[in-house]
Amino acid sequence: MERDFTKKRLRLGEQIMESLLFVAAFIGVLIVVGIIYVVVSEAAKFFAQVSPIEFLTSTTWTPLFENPEYGIAPLLTGTFMATLVALAVAVPLGFLIAIYLSEFADARTRETLKPALELLAAVPTVVYGYFALLFVTPILQNLLRPLGIELPGFNLLSAGIVMGLMIIPYIASLSEDAMRAVPRSMREGSYAMGATRLETAFRVVVPAAVSGIVGAVILGMSRAIGETMIVAVAGGTQVQMVTSPTMQGATVTAFMAQVALGDIAWGTLEYNSIFAAGLALLVLTLLFNFVAFWLQRRYREIY
Amino acid sequence: MTVAADAEIPGDITAHPPGLATRRFKDSAFIVWGIIATIIGLGTLVALVGELVNDGGHRLTMAFFTSYPSSDPAIAGILSAWVGSLLVIITTALVAIPIGILAGIYLEEYAPKNPITTAIEIAVNNLAGVPSILFGLMSLGIFVQILGNPDRWFGFLPAGFRNAAADMFGQSILTAGITLALLILPVIIVATREAVRSVPQEMRQGALAVGASKWQTTQHHVLPYALPGVVTGVIIGISRALGETAPLIMIGGLTFVAFLPITRPGDAAFEVIGAVDQYGAPVTPGATESVRIDHDGVVVLPDFSEMPVQAGQTYDLPHGSTVQFVASLGDAVESWSPTRWLGSEFTVLPIQMFNWTSRPQPEFLEIAAAAGLVLLFITLLMNGTAIYLRYRLRKAIKW
Repeated sequence: MERDFTKKRLRLGEQIMESLLFVAAFIGVLIVVGIIYVVVSEAAKFFAQVSPIEFLTSTTWTPLFENPEYGIAPLLTGTFMATLVALAVAVPLGFLIAIYLSEFADARTRETLKPALELLAAVPTVVYGYFALLFVTPILQNLLRPLGIELPGFNLLSAGIVMGLMIIPYIASLSEDAMRAVPRSMREGSYAMGATRLETAFRVVVPAAVSGIVGAVILGMSRAIGETMIVAVAGGTQVQMVTSPTMQGATVTAFMAQVALGDIAWGTLEYNSIFAAGLALLVLTLLFNFVAFWLQRRYREIY
Repeated sequence: MTVAADAEIPGDITAHPPGLATRRFKDSAFIVWGIIATIIGLGTLVALVGELVNDGGHRLTMAFFTSYPSSDPAIAGILSAWVGSLLVIITTALVAIPIGILAGIYLEEYAPKNPITTAIEIAVNNLAGVPSILFGLMSLGIFVQILGNPDRWFGFLPAGFRNAAADMFGQSILTAGITLALLILPVIIVATREAVRSVPQEMRQGALAVGASKWQTTQHHVLPYALPGVVTGVIIGISRALGETAPLIMIGGLTFVAFLPITRPGDAAFEVIGAVDQYGAPVTPGATESVRIDHDGVVVLPDFSEMPVQAGQTYDLPHGSTVQFVASLGDAVESWSPTRWLGSEFTVLPIQMFNWTSRPQPEFLEIAAAAGLVLLFITLLMNGTAIYLRYRLRKAIKW
């Protein structure tokens, strides 16, 4: 043998490679730990000065007043309102598209339309923000004026609608995957009993795919909750209790971006307040991820 | 059997139940609804592009790409923004691609079934659902506040090293690049895993049977076949990083940058006039100083308004003003050095667009739309390429 590939050398190289691969994969864990560590430790400094009870129960967020109050509720109402509007747009549209693509469209149509729709999720969110502020809001203002509703230039309605359009691909694409995973034999059984495609879709396919569909909706929802730029551009920055989608209001994320845009001195209460808001956001998204996981397990049909 | 036939034989147990025509009609009507929903989705894309072209299409000139932003929208451009985006994305790619691919290979080919693997799997799956702004918070806490401050590094490291390293972090291109890399890591990992998983077991067994080691098998026989799938994931991840705004705002991406990332505060090309306190406010408000300018540039006055200045002129500038010299492309190439640009402050296209969108004057909205068009064109092009690759892949390989 000319080249000396002794067993030992090979094994050493293999081991180095394997350790390298492991380190790369372990970075995922480090990121999660890093996010939780930073958010929790900085938020802890905030809660050393502001009582968690005030944070959870007060309905005003006025960090710049002489007697500042730090209640997360106004920011949460903003987030929930925008998310609600987004879901009201994305769930029906996404669901219709998913059933159409999975049960009615032929393979060619599906293979063309699905990637085209996925482009909706690829548009940079700041571009969506511009679209919400300068295209959707004026249209809504003209539509609502005859009804006697004067829509402000910044509002959560247009931000929410555009957010809904953005998450359509998440809901449509993942629901469609779930429906297509339902075995063909179940559909054929239904057709054999004389059911139409529509009846089969709603009474056989959708119930069988429900865990996947719910998972898709929750994924879309957590996208909407964490979305920043659309609401920061089109939703306004005024922190207030939001009771109607036609109001302007800041979301948790929009508030964080707004504070970060100003030059904040490190270690001040204002600086730490964005981490408290971040903690609320983190808890919310982890909660939804967990609920999605639980629902999927609970209602999964295995074929 | 027709509907009419149903009606003629009442009570026939082999007949369709009543109302078949209605049921069939509903069935067809649903297709209309499905198509309407699809058209709304696709129509959004068309309306989006139409709106941007209509508002800002006429501003897309060569000068728009070669000019710095300015307080005068008529001459403002995206030079510092696209250069910043490019440098940040290069950093992101250099960090995310190797780590993402190696991690994906580990999870698919190497990972033993143990609690650590489970933890990695849970982490990667959950990271995909974490809002991007939280990645920004983490980077703000770690790369800006801790690693960007030499006093907060490990004390036993030599001071020279700590200072040099802290210079690279902080509100820099390196920090931005790493932040976006961590953000898109799950995308690349998941794509790599799927691609590696789709390579049939026989390929591995064949290589192992003739004496190849595990890594040799992976490197020479699994990876090449998985490559198109991996590339698709990488393109999608990079295009996502390109459009991200929120995390970079959190780590302090600037909204007005009239210099290329070759200069930074403290360098000659970025100069503060007079003594200022830690917040940049003049120690003696109202005092002025006579300054001779030796480069074309912009002066940011203490009230944040901007004043263009010309080389060779002398100006009376109030204390607290910042002189930002406009570096030419030639200057940038001349003083090129990776350590310098990695540690430089920056802006990126999405932040520039956001800044212009939030100004009230309609002229700024025009250039915001033009910047949006550039951004949209690049991201849609990248995603289109990824979709095409995926399509080719599905057609070409039949195991």
